[in-house]
Amino acid sequence: MAVDTRVGQTIKHHDEEYKVIGTRPIRHDGLEKVTGEARYGSDINLPGQLHGKVLRSPHAHARIVSIDTSRAEALDGVRAVITSAAFPDPGDKLTGGGEAPGLPLKFKSANMLARGKVHYHGHAIAAVAAANPHVAAEALKLIDVEYEVLDPVLEVWDAMKPDAPVIIEDLYTAKADGTTAEEPSNVAAEMLYEVGDVDAGFAEADLVVDREFTFGVVHQGYIETHNATAHWLKDGHLHVWCSSQGAFTIRQELADLLDHPITKIHVVPMEIGGGFGGKTTAYLEPLAALLSRQTGHPIKMAMDRADVLKATGPTPGGYVRVKLGVTNDGMITAGYANLAFDAGGYPGSVVGAGCRCVFAPYNMPNAKVEGFDVVVNKPKTHAYRAPGATHAEFASETVVDEICRTLDIDPVEFRLQNSAKEGDWQLAMPPYPRIGHIECMEAARDSAQWQTPLETAPGKKRGRGIASGFWFNIGFTSSVTAKLNSDGSVTLLEGSTDIGGTRTSIAMQFAETLGIPVEDVDPIVADTDSVGQTDVTGGSRVTFATGLAAHNAANDMKDQIVEGLADLWDVAADSITHADGTFSANGNSATVGEAAGLLEEEGVFPIGKNTVTPTREGGAFAVHIADVEVDDETGKVEVLRYTAVQDAGVAIYPPYVEGQMQGGVVQGVGWALNEEYVYDDDGHLLNASLLDYRMPTALDVPNIETIIVEVPNPGHPYGVRGVGEVPIVPPPAAMANAIHDATGVRMSHLPMSPARVQAALAAEA
Amino acid sequence: MATEIQSGKVHVQTTINGESVDFLAEPRESLLEVLRDNLGLTGAKEGCNNGNCGACNVVMDGVLVNSCCVLSVEAAGASIETIEGVASPEGLHPLQQSFLENAALQCGVCTPGFIVAAKALLEENPNPTEYEVRWWLAGNLCRCTGYDKIVRAVLDAAERMRAEA
Amino acid sequence: MRAIQYAAPSTVEDAVAILAEHGSDARMLAGGTDLIVQVREDARDTGVFVDAKQIPELMELSVNADGSTTLGAAVPCYRLYNDAQFTASYPAVVDAARIIGSTGIQGRASVGGNLCNSGPAGDTIPPLIVHSAVCNIAGPDGARTVAVEDFCTAPGRNVLADGELLVSLTLPKPPAGSGSHYLRFIPRNEMDIAVVGAGASLELDGDSITAARVSLGAVAPTPLFVQAAGDALIGLTADEDSFAVAADIARDAASPIDDMRGTIAHRKQLSYVLTQRALRGARARAQGGSPTNGH
Repeated sequence: MAVDTRVGQTIKHHDEEYKVIGTRPIRHDGLEKVTGEARYGSDINLPGQLHGKVLRSPHAHARIVSIDTSRAEALDGVRAVITSAAFPDPGDKLTGGGEAPGLPLKFKSANMLARGKVHYHGHAIAAVAAANPHVAAEALKLIDVEYEVLDPVLEVWDAMKPDAPVIIEDLYTAKADGTTAEEPSNVAAEMLYEVGDVDAGFAEADLVVDREFTFGVVHQGYIETHNATAHWLKDGHLHVWCSSQGAFTIRQELADLLDHPITKIHVVPMEIGGGFGGKTTAYLEPLAALLSRQTGHPIKMAMDRADVLKATGPTPGGYVRVKLGVTNDGMITAGYANLAFDAGGYPGSVVGAGCRCVFAPYNMPNAKVEGFDVVVNKPKTHAYRAPGATHAEFASETVVDEICRTLDIDPVEFRLQNSAKEGDWQLAMPPYPRIGHIECMEAARDSAQWQTPLETAPGKKRGRGIASGFWFNIGFTSSVTAKLNSDGSVTLLEGSTDIGGTRTSIAMQFAETLGIPVEDVDPIVADTDSVGQTDVTGGSRVTFATGLAAHNAANDMKDQIVEGLADLWDVAADSITHADGTFSANGNSATVGEAAGLLEEEGVFPIGKNTVTPTREGGAFAVHIADVEVDDETGKVEVLRYTAVQDAGVAIYPPYVEGQMQGGVVQGVGWALNEEYVYDDDGHLLNASLLDYRMPTALDVPNIETIIVEVPNPGHPYGVRGVGEVPIVPPPAAMANAIHDATGVRMSHLPMSPARVQAALAAEA
Repeated sequence: MATEIQSGKVHVQTTINGESVDFLAEPRESLLEVLRDNLGLTGAKEGCNNGNCGACNVVMDGVLVNSCCVLSVEAAGASIETIEGVASPEGLHPLQQSFLENAALQCGVCTPGFIVAAKALLEENPNPTEYEVRWWLAGNLCRCTGYDKIVRAVLDAAERMRAEA
Repeated sequence: MRAIQYAAPSTVEDAVAILAEHGSDARMLAGGTDLIVQVREDARDTGVFVDAKQIPELMELSVNADGSTTLGAAVPCYRLYNDAQFTASYPAVVDAARIIGSTGIQGRASVGGNLCNSGPAGDTIPPLIVHSAVCNIAGPDGARTVAVEDFCTAPGRNVLADGELLVSLTLPKPPAGSGSHYLRFIPRNEMDIAVVGAGASLELDGDSITAARVSLGAVAPTPLFVQAAGDALIGLTADEDSFAVAADIARDAASPIDDMRGTIAHRKQLSYVLTQRALRGARARAQGGSPTNGH
């Protein structure tokens, strides 16, 4: 009998009882999303609007000799054509706040529209505004670009060679010791993290396993393509509607790239059809703005799927080496890792985050991790759900599995005896606070799947794998403004775009604190003019940080109600108690609703507000178990059963915590088995469609069993840890370990596609 | 009689969600474009524009189709059902209610396609197995949920609908 | 998408007239799941779309007096698997109809369209070949017939001349004691183009094979009729040893390329494995059962 994951298992390591937190209300924005009424970015149409399209490079690496737009401009219906000349000169400025502050603005600007050189297949060259999208597309074919095609460099190991063609002629490596290289190269940055004495640690080891791993490029694969609509008014006010993970980030980027006052930029977050880290930066917004300024009309732009795959920010391919030393009784003595990630056409990969996570589940006395951010002729890479951690921990968790096999130690016991715990060091961070890796591992060990022997089947190769994962989570800044209405309901304005039920997880924390039903809170995702600074929906931060802002705003509102009632009841404010949503003092009492009515009569309308930048994210661990069947005649791997265990701190909104876990697992399974960018030798992306970029379908995965472990985060009043990202981390390693269990073959490249598994099986045989 | 060859803006008469509808469209415009941009029915989404994601699913003359792979002019004389026609004035369709109660959506952009496709399934097969649900919905990509809660919601709705039938 | 013209003739004659007038700029539009996408993505330059779906002969699905079946070129896939008689007679074709694209694609996509698209990996083509199907073609110079295995000439190309269209396919009545199966290898479980596809039909007299046909997709510029593999089986017992002989021949006949969907080595291996599995499935059906080895 299948386990019912509709209400998954929860294991609590705390005694808190809540009224709202932990319940399963229907999400506030659900109705509009099941009826088709919700308005996503591309669902907007403005009077007088024109349509924009982007011309993209057919080459991976080329110098632009000339661009002639005259034939396109002459086409009937074409209203404007722009090239990089339309952007202000970025000079030596650095990017402001937002996703990755402090990088040279010239790189970001050149990624919007190429300046003199194209760095990857699909790099934007020019943009057209026309009466309809078909005419705009026809106009693109009339733009004449002369290229001087250059040799492309596609893989980090080639790009790091001393004689590799240098993609950015004035890029000098920022070295780990703070110095800058004297000769230009494709290595944008080097990083080094060290704890203890690794040489001594490896000398103590009885067994050292040293393995290399490589990775294809993968895309976040959100179903909604990028879009932007902009209207530049004649007085300089710029209105932008888009579906980004961060409206404030887009506003900052527009201000930087267009050298335009931030006060004149107004960004309206539309509903967003998935992001996973890929919608944290602007692509179309600046182009739509410039085309609108030039034509005086609103401009709507939307990428097609091929554009999305070619020219947005997938997450890097690259290289990871992991070396672990252990004693014969299975204690880790030392670890070394070396990570080199694709930055893509411009610097700034997620390699640093990968470095921080590679050994995170373990307390090892000696560790050294080196990272390299490497420019290659592929799209500028970006975050994808626990960015960098999946690569890093695929490597380390398969090495751990190999050690367990070699030493004949149970993989659960090995991980328990080496597990990181409160007070242990973290790479480049303060020591761990209370964390839940051990509790997750114990829950996995006790799970129905781990306790049920794998069913064998004649002629079938089946195996089971287990792997841990860690993601540190992010705090950043969030704001909430909450207005008490006269009937006691609350209108809650927040700045975090809602990609998966966070309106409700924020409203639930507000409701818990104020003591009202969550249905009495109406959460609104507000535009950049209407709510305080709020950073991207990313880093698993919204329920943690925006939830904290909501809690603080509820307390602020509570204080204002108390003050109002103190005047009304003529009592001292500190004599008023608040319990279960009722204020009481000296024989008086009022519910929140009654208080709102009383205060309204006095002309008092409480507005609770808070802006917060919390830093005690807590970090999240997950442990996953995969059962697979390998068809040894074809190399195809089928997932038979899967259990995901995760420390959520406290699960505010459990159905959507389970949903994050299940969704992360399936993305991880897709990455493990099939997803990758396929390039030819000239650097052309060959599989820029959802037919050939193979994301899992409903038929490719089983139900995903979930176990939420609650080890409260001491850095949050309700114990919240971010939950969104870590579930993508363990699947590739769990799958690889299961494939090994089934076949005896160790896979060292993601994805472990049928052709690769088949080749590995053939090589073994 | 020689067949007329249509070009430029073509006048198309069709039926959408039971209402007679006229529109003007070029033959190169897809049914999806017409629904979204000419008629304001933006519930169907463009996820891939080549038949590989199902976000644009509608039912045309009783058959589930990807509206991105139908020309606007092919809608002439057809009867089309979109997500906007799934709920009735009396309330949500059991599938819509089940999606809400089972938390079967996250970002929600694929949801209209899933509900339209699932409705077509349940009209043909009121008592599908989990495998049959997964098979039928394999053309609808969801990147958020991992499908688990969607499949459960469809099975749950099927059970409710059988109980009410 | 470039500007296009659209016509919806109601007779074959009208369709031929339009096709003849516009030459290579015109193409028949059946389900459109290939054609619309190809023109949109600049993979094919077609200016005149001639809708097949108002022409009765192209939408016909019927059994003829001699027991053969006429399958109109534009009949969508879903009608095939909803037709019990067709499913019983031509199971390999139905195997393919069920796995082309998604449910939504199968609501529009047709076997005839798949054949005229003439992709090396077209899923319906090996099953048509193993069922000895014949193409009924109309054109300015009258009607002609071509065996399906002779229809495709190169990737995306076929024997249709300007002005000609595929009206229907004729599938001979399957003999008693016969069975067929088509399967493909794809990395996912649905929504993919075949890395390799294999179709097989078997006619059995007891355990003895009296006739056999084998066809492979995605291992050559056109779907491949591996006549030698079928011929080698005649007179043999329908067992694993015999199937291995045919599978060896099929693997040798395959001349695949490396591309983004597969490698030569993998496709060679798959040619062998899938031929075996297709034969096993055909045997199961000839014996009144059903295939057990996947979709």
